[in-house]
Amino acid sequence: MSEITIAEALNQALNHEMAIDENVVVMGEDVGVNGGVFRITKGLQERYGAERVMDTPLSETMISGMSIGMAAQGLKPVAEFQFMGFIYPGFDQIISHASRLRNRTRGRLTCPVVYRAPYGSGIHAPEHHSESTEALFAHIPGLRVVIPSSPARAYGLLLASIRDPDPVVFLEPKRLYRMMKQDVPDNGEALPLDQCFVLREGKDVTLVTWGAMIHETRQAAETLEAEGIEAEVIDVATIKPLDIETILKSVQKTGRCVVIHEAARTCGVGAEIVAQISEKGLMDLLAPMQRVTGYDTIMPYNKLEKHYMPSVGRILLAVKTVMEYV
Amino acid sequence: MNPSDQKRLFRELIFYRRFEDRTYEAYMERKVGGFLHLYSGQEAVATGVLEKARCGHDYVITGYRDHVHAMKAGASPKEVMAELYGKETGSSKGRGGSMHIFDPTVNFMGGYALVGQPFPLAAGLAMGAKMKGTDQIAICFLGDGANNQGTFHETLNMASLWNLPVLFVCENNLYAIGTVIHRSTVVQDQYKRVSGYGIESSQHDGQDIDVVMEAAEKAIDHVRSGKGPYFIEFMTYRYRGHSMSDSKSYRSKEEEAEWINRDPILIYGNRLKEAGILSEKEIKKMETAIDEEIENEIIKFAEESPEPKVEDLSKYVLDDNPDPRWIGPLQS
Ligand SMILES: Cc1ncc(C[n+]2csc(CCOP(=O)(O)OP(=O)(O)O)c2C)c(N)n1
Ligand SMILES: [Mg+2]
Repeated sequence: MSEITIAEALNQALNHEMAIDENVVVMGEDVGVNGGVFRITKGLQERYGAERVMDTPLSETMISGMSIGMAAQGLKPVAEFQFMGFIYPGFDQIISHASRLRNRTRGRLTCPVVYRAPYGSGIHAPEHHSESTEALFAHIPGLRVVIPSSPARAYGLLLASIRDPDPVVFLEPKRLYRMMKQDVPDNGEALPLDQCFVLREGKDVTLVTWGAMIHETRQAAETLEAEGIEAEVIDVATIKPLDIETILKSVQKTGRCVVIHEAARTCGVGAEIVAQISEKGLMDLLAPMQRVTGYDTIMPYNKLEKHYMPSVGRILLAVKTVMEYV
Repeated sequence: MNPSDQKRLFRELIFYRRFEDRTYEAYMERKVGGFLHLYSGQEAVATGVLEKARCGHDYVITGYRDHVHAMKAGASPKEVMAELYGKETGSSKGRGGSMHIFDPTVNFMGGYALVGQPFPLAAGLAMGAKMKGTDQIAICFLGDGANNQGTFHETLNMASLWNLPVLFVCENNLYAIGTVIHRSTVVQDQYKRVSGYGIESSQHDGQDIDVVMEAAEKAIDHVRSGKGPYFIEFMTYRYRGHSMSDSKSYRSKEEEAEWINRDPILIYGNRLKEAGILSEKEIKKMETAIDEEIENEIIKFAEESPEPKVEDLSKYVLDDNPDPRWIGPLQS
């Protein structure tokens, strides 16, 4: 079995689902003939035809809105936005209609759309090409927000998202697209959409993160191990609905918690996680929780990017703060 | 146009081509990061249109293929290059890079990464000028692909309804990334698409700068004289891939060769040579001088300029004295 990247795993999932379910259709800018700007939909149009793999004009409102009309009839559109920042022109249709179709019809219709977009920074481009505004979507009732961080989870979570009857905003950490390889059998097995993944067990401190920040967080955990601190690393993966139980169980064990995310700090998903831990697990805590996040500023260009993104150093500093608290 | 202006204009065309070529090299050396969209092949459009505008006075706005528009509008080439290098001396203090050049001191109101988004902004700039009673106009340059966004149609309707002084310049280079126009657009002649909004429009060769200038002059007169918006379409071609990661697999070598035969620098150069205004020798001298200027002044400036300060990362968000309580500590 050959090992594949996240980009290839996503392609494998799309291919798998299109082969077994003719209701699955792919649409977006340059997804067909060109196979997508990040090559995630490569080869799909050749295999499934231009009717199921549609190159759209440059029009995000139509991509997000048409998907809803199609989904209302049982099709399962997987819509691609070329970058997360380009969802914004199509935002209205997602929050006003995709998220509410089930509620508006009191459960008689659902909206099985997957809105996919490359997400986060790491390619030195500013602003819209590096957005991590998952909290905007997580705030909207009726949407699932999913962020894979390994080839296996990319495959399993995308399958689950396509099969899910409700709209999923599926954000792909583009920095990880080709960073790591894993053996991912094409067995059609989906992963649960309501569960965090414990990537590493530890008894001293809980590190909660998702997306590309998994990378820095794991490095931090390794450094801590050398110092005799055992960190538990949790990949949230499904941001909404949030599997707080897994996180609480970990905090019960460690008593200390640091949440790490790339998105800006204020009202980020980290705030929600910390709030839920204080509501349900305050008495388990041995120290105030810490957040390591991006800053409340717009993603800057090129070399400044690395200063924006949480570094291993900043994670270690926060861990030190929670470990030394008495 | 007198011969010395013609020579100047010709020099500008070469300068812009060489500037983009040099930018490409800097990108390959990783001095320039992120995404880079080059204007090579289309130079006659922005150069010709803005030659007829009142740069520094009129508002100019465009997409992400914006280096030449910014410079012709009056932004300093040194500052544009420094911006590409991400330096503090850049036109956006090194924070925006290639797609977000901005120079309000000359009313260059920005490059924009999001396709189609400048349309409403241009109408707003025109509305502002109208309300203030100035004779400024807003000039909005965008591609053929952008016209499939809703903002295009919403803007056209309102600009026409309110008789706004805005000139829409469509640079039709036949592609939106890898999607050729006939696969995305029913009415491929973009100038025909605006007739439903009661806006006057026309289509022209974008490779011949004399044609561009003549058409632009009429269009600008129309807009400035209070007759409302005008939509002008230029047929043109980008030589390089959409951005630097594009292999151009979606178009043929024959098509590329046809357009390169109609190169704007070639066309104008031949015309000036035939008229006895420029000799081949002078052109060579010009090219050498341009390369030296780019290397010894522009690149040197960008190379030697300081990096933005990390402490300033959180600046320019709400006010110039950010409150550290909500910006958060800057550590790395
Ligand atoms: C809202 C939005 N959607 C998609 C993109 C990705 N994108 C960048 S340029 C482009 C094509 C634009 O084509 P056109 O308007 O013809 O301009 P050209 O690149 O040909 O100059 C696309 C799809 C984007 N930048 N913004
Ligand atoms: Mg185009």
